[in-house]
Amino acid sequence: MSTKKRILDEKEMERILKRLANEVIEKNKGCEGLYIVGIHTRGVPLAKRITHYIEKFEDEKIHVGSLDITLYRDDLAHIEHQPVIQDSILNFDIEGKHILLIDDVLNTGRTARAALNAILDYGRPAFIQLLVIIDRGNRELPIQADFVGKHLPTSKDESVQVHLKEVDGADEVFIIKD
Amino acid sequence: MILLKNGMVYLSEEKKIVKNDVLIDKKIIKKIAPAIEEKNAEVIDCAGMHIFPGFVDLHCHLRDPGYTYKEDIASGAESAAKGGYTSICCMPNTKPTIDNISTLNYIMRKARDVKGTKIFVIGAMSKGLEGKEIANIASLVKGGVVGLSDDGNCIQVAKLQLNVMRYASIYDIPMICHSEDYSLSGEGQVNYGYMSTKLGLPGIPTLAEEIMVSRDIMLADVTDSQVHIAHASTKRTVELIRQAKKDGIKITAEVTPHHLVLTEEACDGFDTNTKMKPPLRSEQDRVALFEGLMDGTIDVIATDHAPHSDYEKELEFMKAPFGVIGFESAFPVLYSTLVRNDKMKLEELVARMTSKPADIIKKEVGLLKEGAPADLNVFNLEEFFTFNESEILSKSKNSPFLGMKMWGKIHYTICDGKFTWKL
Amino acid sequence: MKHTLNLTGRNLFDLDDYSVEEIEKIFETAKVMKKINSREYKKIPTLRGKTVATLFFEDSTRTRISFELAVKRLSADVVSFTTAGSAMKKGEGIQDTVYTLNAMGIDLYVVRHSCPGVPQLVNKYSNKPVLNAGDGRHSHPTQALLDMFSIWEKKGSLKGLKITIVGDILHSRVVRSNLIGMKKMGAEVVVCGPRTLMPPKIEEVYGVQCEYDLKVAIKDADVVMGLRMQLERQNEGLFPGLGEYTSRYGLSNKMLEFAKDDILVMHPGPMNRGVEILPEVADSEHSIIIEQVTNGVAVRMALLFLILGGKPDKEVA
Ligand SMILES: [Zn+2]
Repeated sequence: MSTKKRILDEKEMERILKRLANEVIEKNKGCEGLYIVGIHTRGVPLAKRITHYIEKFEDEKIHVGSLDITLYRDDLAHIEHQPVIQDSILNFDIEGKHILLIDDVLNTGRTARAALNAILDYGRPAFIQLLVIIDRGNRELPIQADFVGKHLPTSKDESVQVHLKEVDGADEVFIIKD
Repeated sequence: MILLKNGMVYLSEEKKIVKNDVLIDKKIIKKIAPAIEEKNAEVIDCAGMHIFPGFVDLHCHLRDPGYTYKEDIASGAESAAKGGYTSICCMPNTKPTIDNISTLNYIMRKARDVKGTKIFVIGAMSKGLEGKEIANIASLVKGGVVGLSDDGNCIQVAKLQLNVMRYASIYDIPMICHSEDYSLSGEGQVNYGYMSTKLGLPGIPTLAEEIMVSRDIMLADVTDSQVHIAHASTKRTVELIRQAKKDGIKITAEVTPHHLVLTEEACDGFDTNTKMKPPLRSEQDRVALFEGLMDGTIDVIATDHAPHSDYEKELEFMKAPFGVIGFESAFPVLYSTLVRNDKMKLEELVARMTSKPADIIKKEVGLLKEGAPADLNVFNLEEFFTFNESEILSKSKNSPFLGMKMWGKIHYTICDGKFTWKL
Repeated sequence: MKHTLNLTGRNLFDLDDYSVEEIEKIFETAKVMKKINSREYKKIPTLRGKTVATLFFEDSTRTRISFELAVKRLSADVVSFTTAGSAMKKGEGIQDTVYTLNAMGIDLYVVRHSCPGVPQLVNKYSNKPVLNAGDGRHSHPTQALLDMFSIWEKKGSLKGLKITIVGDILHSRVVRSNLIGMKKMGAEVVVCGPRTLMPPKIEEVYGVQCEYDLKVAIKDADVVMGLRMQLERQNEGLFPGLGEYTSRYGLSNKMLEFAKDDILVMHPGPMNRGVEILPEVADSEHSIIIEQVTNGVAVRMALLFLILGGKPDKEVA
């Protein structure tokens, strides 16, 4: 029997996003040269929201883009269904810039690895940071996030679902156990 | 002696099927009557089965000498026997070709050694089938050929064809014409039309056959020789022959089982076992061929058994040779598609595979009557089976009917009073 | 969850076994690939470890290069087999060639041959996916896909467009695949050329319109595609000469006046300038001929990715 437990609701999510926006500003002492890139699928609306908060707090226009990492995945031969590749939109030159990668969940680190490779094929940024809403902790690669919304240590038979208004109709986070 | 009991027996003279016993004494059919008693005979129960005269095929390629990896006289004879054939006529496109007495003698000798199927030989019209010089027709006729043909090839020059016919017209044998205008057939692979367009293959127009059939009809008329059109494949060919017969020209014609049953649709998928000359045509042509057969325009059914080895047929479509095998599938295919569907009477089908072809080569074969040679076969028409490669006795397996389910399984073939096939 | 159309492990013999949705998926993927091809760094690691063999039994440097570039951009390895100087000249059959290559661990074959049906044969012997890179005058589906992609990119869709294809329809593999694909995608297609260069029953086979007068064929067309006219056809007695051909079927500015103002001009290449297409048209703003070449690599990358990436569908369609 599987159980589904809600970890975060809409209010909590909003609070976390605002906090993360502030942390980004604080750690980088502002947002100069900051380029935000969301990883498909849920990283993209998250990136837009974080960008929105940072722009509001700092009153500055920030570049935001999106990245599909399908072509960089190391498990292509094992996935059952081919995903439809989304367009990666990076309408800016990333050379020497500060890139903030945004995704919903960090677990094994493989998605982040693929995203790093993908972004590096577009040029040589000054540095790259990673922001996630949930960090599950089961790392398979030596990768860590610079900004974490919530640490949620889970076992392998559990999964975490992040729902967003833009994609799923509501802002919620669930933990599901088989 | 062999006594076949309680079979449904086709009587050649009456063209009727009657329940009877058949008594065979040595090489001859001694008696056909109900309830024959004969103590010294090997009795075979034929209840529920049909007994037909041994089939006669006017058109096959035994590939011997020269291409014995495809077939030889012995394997061809066995394959024929399994199809119910007891008399077959082989075409001269061997290597060397049958345009001379020594090749002819080689085949006749080898055919005698094959104890079973009667093999008749068709001699060449032109030397080497090259369409340039008349072959030694007088010697070939003296040597015993039953017909003349350049089959596989076609004499393109009208003047030579005219001379061949004129030269040979003094003999009482058919000129079997494979009618094909090369300038029109060219590199063609399949019927010119729907399929050639769909498959992007060069097409062979029906015109390639029809133009030559018209020519051969006119030459038959002028030379007063007996022309037999091989493997008619088009609607207009049927119309031309029909008109020629009306005009009193001595002409006969044959059609193959594959042209009667299949259409160009079968070529979709590039199966090289659907590649032959003439090619499978449109449904319209197929229907016309069947109508021609029914109204007597087309006299006989001939297999055009043309074996090719697997590695030749596994080549690219355009490189694979033309031709399909036919002995072992001919009767069941036609029985299943024509007779069982009430399109043709069984008696009619048997006549077109026995006495009618025998008439064309003027041989006393293919007859089931008292006193005739004991050439016959026994089929169980209620037996349903799948035509499989593994059961084919020919050295080659290039049949377009592989995998087809059909009615009519052969149980025995007897030729000159001896079993040539037993299930 | 949104259903994803799985192309993994599929063959591409011709476009008749591909649905509209699948073709659109190929286009969407090609769009992404095209973007990658416009980057400074044009390589992605997607198909690392895979090996593609290009079997060109018939020479076609352009198509082969386009395929090989596509393979390399996706980080797969490519071995190329051409008949020049190879075992085929010594009489080795296709079967043996394929068995040999297969034993070396090829994941996908790209096949070009002068005889229709050979890609199917290679698939039969290899049991590996095969991309048809042109089989005789039968089909050339990747060319058709790139042609259609080029139109789709400019016009957003092929639905309702009038596309005129002019030239030697009889001997063209490109045309057959395009007719299948374009009809499938909802275009109205008119073929045009001398009657001796028109295959029989083309209207019936493909559901297209057939015209012998280019002025009629090109009227109000959204797209016109010229085909390469080969001089050999003259010796085969199929048409009298290039001069007469150009005057009747050559794509000139005057001819384009009958078409829509925003007509796209295409050509599968290589062009005979001054024969089937005049320079004034080939180099005009209407021409997307060069872009077709660019799109060729992107479309082939998309196909390679979709066929070699992921696991094959278990359910039988
Ligand atoms: Zn023939």
